[in-house]
Amino acid sequence: MSAPATGGAAVPPKVELLGVNLRYFGTEGETEALKDISIAIAPGEFVAIIGQSGCGKSTLLSLISGILKPTEGSVLVDGKPVAGPSRKVGYMLQQDYLFEWRTILDNAVLGAEIQGADIRKARERATQLLTRYGLGQFLHHLPRQLSGGMRQRVALARTLCTDPDVVLLDEPFSALDSQTRIALADEVAEILRRERKTAILVTHDIGEAVSMAERVVVLSRRPGRVKSDHAIRFATANGSRPAPFAARNAPEFNGYFNTLWRELEVHVEG
Amino acid sequence: MSKADIRTETGPSPQYREWLRRERRGHLAVRAAQLAVLVIFLVLWEVLPKAHVINPLFTSYPSALWPTFLELLKDSPQQVNILAHTWATVLATVIGFTAAMVFGTAIAAALWWWDGLYKVLDPYLVVANAMPKTAFVPIFYLWLGATMSVYGMSLAISLFVTILMIYSGFQGTDPNKVKLAQTFGASKGQILTKVVLPGSVPTLIAALKVNAGLSLVGVVVGEFQSANLGLGYLIQYGSQIFKMNIVMCGITILAVVSSLMYLAISWLETAVMRRR
Repeated sequence: MSAPATGGAAVPPKVELLGVNLRYFGTEGETEALKDISIAIAPGEFVAIIGQSGCGKSTLLSLISGILKPTEGSVLVDGKPVAGPSRKVGYMLQQDYLFEWRTILDNAVLGAEIQGADIRKARERATQLLTRYGLGQFLHHLPRQLSGGMRQRVALARTLCTDPDVVLLDEPFSALDSQTRIALADEVAEILRRERKTAILVTHDIGEAVSMAERVVVLSRRPGRVKSDHAIRFATANGSRPAPFAARNAPEFNGYFNTLWRELEVHVEG
Repeated sequence: MSKADIRTETGPSPQYREWLRRERRGHLAVRAAQLAVLVIFLVLWEVLPKAHVINPLFTSYPSALWPTFLELLKDSPQQVNILAHTWATVLATVIGFTAAMVFGTAIAAALWWWDGLYKVLDPYLVVANAMPKTAFVPIFYLWLGATMSVYGMSLAISLFVTILMIYSGFQGTDPNKVKLAQTFGASKGQILTKVVLPGSVPTLIAALKVNAGLSLVGVVVGEFQSANLGLGYLIQYGSQIFKMNIVMCGITILAVVSSLMYLAISWLETAVMRRR
């Protein structure tokens, strides 16, 4: 078991994976999905996990969210083992998966409803979030009346409505066109930083990872192992982190991009 | 966007008006053709027996339907009027397909809940669905008596197809929607009531369409054997005493009942689907 890599923080980690192995069992045999993964993530940190498709990135998020259990090793949130889905962790999936039979507002309060929270308060909070994301006039519309970018913002409101400390993002922009994707990345990064969420973004888009996260973890091909861990720093006038769109134009961006590109060993097949 | 948004300041263009006119004409032509098919059918039914091309003893005439209906209103077999026969059939059908929906949904939910149960019962369900249920009419009569055997046949004929349809609808639920609910810590019951059931409403309506028709078949077949009330009984009685007027009158009422049921379900479908 390798020592967990910390992001250089002295505070106890918010999320910690210790020697995690995950194997899938099937009639054909066992498949190793993740091997000896140890990562520690500090509170408020924005970490991106990149790797090629099928390397177990999404599986990693399922482990942290508690909907999957590791075959070996442990997953800790706030120092306690994850026993199942918890209110501390919110999960944003690859697509919005809004329920077409519910209005926007009713979709946004789904999590609170399932968790048995005070539904009146949840509706208030959801209304606030949706209004802040520019969806105030669409509260009682149905999902099919909204564009892809708007729908993904509803999904963000649904995730944040239950006020989790940790937000897991599983390629949340992959279903969007490239312009919407970049614009929404800006919004989401800004929202998560302002609310001081610990964020873990899984993506295969190197540019997205470098521009949004302050730390990028590279996973190897299946079985996924931590291949390398990079701190992403941009020199700015006020020392604060630039917005993703601005980061793409920063002089450091290309250097990080090229390093990670080599790390990923991208081979175009066919 | 409503159609009004596309309109220019000067109103619809001549080309658009022309297009609308052609659309309307096309629509009217279809309706006219549908009416024509019905009229031709009725005319042939009236003329061919009268011209003795076919034996009127076996077919009656459309013109005889209304007088027969009036006669049956005053006096029909079993000393009840024809409306009571119609009502008995409609009631049994409604009971049959309502029971099929309720039990079918409940059984499908149980199969969804316990995957092992589905694995065990799967071959039996498929065979039960393929069995000609009408073979059980005489047995149902012995087991359940005159009235209940009609309800039983109505349920039996529509239950299995309902279970299979609704179960496959449940299985077709987007697994990612289920995963989403799980990330919020949803229990199995919550997944059923908040994701699987509401997501299967289109399947439920499709199942209703299928089993409303099947239930009517079950009722009529059940009435042939066992009842002394209902349109199935009336048709059977008419054919036994060789009064084709009564038979044809009963069949025509069945056609009307089927059409009304179809309309009611279409209306329900529109009302429910407006939210999707």
